[in-house]
Amino acid sequence: MARLSPDNVTLAREIIARYPRPKSALIPLLHLAQEQDGWVATDAMEHIAQLVGVSPAEVIGTCSFYEMFKREPVGTYLVNVCTNISCLLLGGEELLEHVEHTLGVRAGGTTPDGSFTVEDVECIAACTEAPCLQVNYRYRHRVTPEGFDQLVEDLRAGRLAEEIPPHGTLARIRQRVPAERVAGPASPVGGGEPAWLASRPAPPPEKVK
Amino acid sequence: MTVTDAPKIITGRFGHDDAHTLERYLATGGYDGLRAALDRRPDEVVQEVKTASLLGRGGAGFPAGVKWGFCPPGVWPRYLVVNGDESEPGTYKDRLLMERDPHQLIEGILIACYAVGCAQAFLYVRGEMALAQERLAAALNEAYEAGYVGRGILGTDFSLDIVLHWGAGAYIVGEETALIESLEGNRGMPRLKPPFFPAAKGLYLQPTIVNNVETLSNLPWIASNGGTAFAELGAETSRGTRMFAVSGHVRNPGVFEVEFGVTTFRDLLYAPVYGGGIRGGAALKAFIPGGASAPWFYEEHLDLPLEAGVVGKAGSMLGSGAVVVMDETTDVVKACLRLVRFFARESCGKCTPCREGTSWLEKILQRIHEGQGRASDLDLLLDISDNISPTIDWPPKQTTICPLGPSAVSPIASAITRFRHEFEARIGAPAPVTVAIAGNAYTAAPATPAPAEPEVAGV
Ligand SMILES: Cc1cc2nc3c(=O)[nH]c(=O)nc-3n(C[C@H](O)[C@H](O)[C@H](O)COP(=O)(O)O)c2cc1C
Ligand code: SF4
Ligand code: FES
Repeated sequence: MARLSPDNVTLAREIIARYPRPKSALIPLLHLAQEQDGWVATDAMEHIAQLVGVSPAEVIGTCSFYEMFKREPVGTYLVNVCTNISCLLLGGEELLEHVEHTLGVRAGGTTPDGSFTVEDVECIAACTEAPCLQVNYRYRHRVTPEGFDQLVEDLRAGRLAEEIPPHGTLARIRQRVPAERVAGPASPVGGGEPAWLASRPAPPPEKVK
Repeated sequence: MTVTDAPKIITGRFGHDDAHTLERYLATGGYDGLRAALDRRPDEVVQEVKTASLLGRGGAGFPAGVKWGFCPPGVWPRYLVVNGDESEPGTYKDRLLMERDPHQLIEGILIACYAVGCAQAFLYVRGEMALAQERLAAALNEAYEAGYVGRGILGTDFSLDIVLHWGAGAYIVGEETALIESLEGNRGMPRLKPPFFPAAKGLYLQPTIVNNVETLSNLPWIASNGGTAFAELGAETSRGTRMFAVSGHVRNPGVFEVEFGVTTFRDLLYAPVYGGGIRGGAALKAFIPGGASAPWFYEEHLDLPLEAGVVGKAGSMLGSGAVVVMDETTDVVKACLRLVRFFARESCGKCTPCREGTSWLEKILQRIHEGQGRASDLDLLLDISDNISPTIDWPPKQTTICPLGPSAVSPIASAITRFRHEFEARIGAPAPVTVAIAGNAYTAAPATPAPAEPEVAGV
């Protein structure tokens, strides 16, 4: 584990090729590493550094800026409870307390069996559905204490396995570009005027509104 | 109450459960705007958007067509970066547009790139939005297969790759230059403007247009119906319609597409088809008109129309279309603390006034909230605020690289100006108790007297 698997290296090369500069693929590749292992290990960052052609320090520098990248293992289910303004007004903090109580861990902690990690998070863009939370970045709107307890039960029983993949997996659908349809990345150097501008007649000068 | 019969320009397909599929999209006029645009010269499409006076929907409200014109002539390639990082507290609209009508956004991206001459587009979606990422990936895959995206679009010489890119959790990356840094694989820290105005020196230091998801989602309609039809809706300083998320203490929280100018805040908060009034019939205490960065509004602002110029003159902004309603039970010290904590947590740390200032503001508010405040704390809060944003006026002045620092000042200036007595009452008083009422809990400060008549209205 930790270094990218051969399949993921193939995928990583495909992703890198979409960008004009390889370093732009850093965040997507860190997501890939996190999807593989559930967190981002140091070995994975070193491997990504090689693939992208930057130093490991640069990868750690980028990785450590972003909250979603976990550099230590977290629970299978990451429970992010929003306590920002709209949720605060409708009981977000009380919901967080309930979550902490039910799971027996404080925000930032992981249950001893490694199933759940709880986080107290900023607005997750579901403000009209307050109080809300995410489990592995899948939404639960207008959550009641009973609703949360049911959610935990369902997760433990594996009833939501279809809908909520284990931590690390974000989108389960990847962008796939058929080879015959690729336009290709636009290199920042040496580019000319795009064909569709060059091929059309210049605007007539008098046409000013 | 005004409920206009303006067409739903961007949420028109929300009624269909399968609006995210290409099949439904095509059955409801999808990609007609792109065809209409491709039949015209790119400069004509730019002109159409200028005629529409489409203002950016990401917060700053800059006219899209004018911004496009800032790309220096003859410098190639140009890029388009789509800002789908939606993270401003209270803001909830771009996620809906990406999840429910991803093809509309893709079509908008194509029209913008055709018009401006962008050789590649990057669609930066907030990391925490897994469903939006899936819907966009599926939609892009379908669109590539069907010939709408990629090489030789619809058999013409217009070619464009749209690269789907996800963030990884950082509010500041929503700021356009930080977004570009992030897209280059770096820590998401803003760049200094000038010289790094994206239109001149953006992604890889090339001319780059950064537009918000909602802004671009308007383009298919404008391309199909014309800029004039768009400009006929709304008002002088805000044309067309806009999505507003009405959250907090209203009976019917929701996201509504309404016509600018004709609709007022009162409509948005009280009309049965929108917010439906304050829950439990309580009185309104304050509302945030345009996201966490916006100065607060009160009862006397309810009849202002939703129009950028009018709201700006009244001392706030429509910002990101986030209307957060606080009723009379709201603990404003707590609300203010929570907003400031957000900015303190999300400061990228590059500028001293923001890095140090926001965290001190948070600490001081925290101790006031806990009943450990000192008599000098209110002046101290205002003094620190003044260091971050001199004169604490609106629009804010900046001592920082980006507007995040000054944004933290808005809730403080608002709450202290209007509710000073509540802060004073809390200083030295015990911490508030949490009370549960009618199934919903809120926090009330026992020592807080009823609001007195305000001395100053607004900030
Ligand atoms: C701290 C900060 C956060 C921002 N966050 C966002 C955001 O999440 N989404 C967005 O579209 N614009 C955001 N903006 C505004 C962008 O910098 C930029 O103005 C906008 O994306 C331009 O698009 P528009 O002209 O279409 O509105 C933010 C600005 C600042 C200063
Ligand atoms: S104002 Fe704050 S967030 Fe913006 S660049 Fe400076 S330190 Fe970073
Ligand atoms: S404040 Fe909780 S989702 Fe926006």
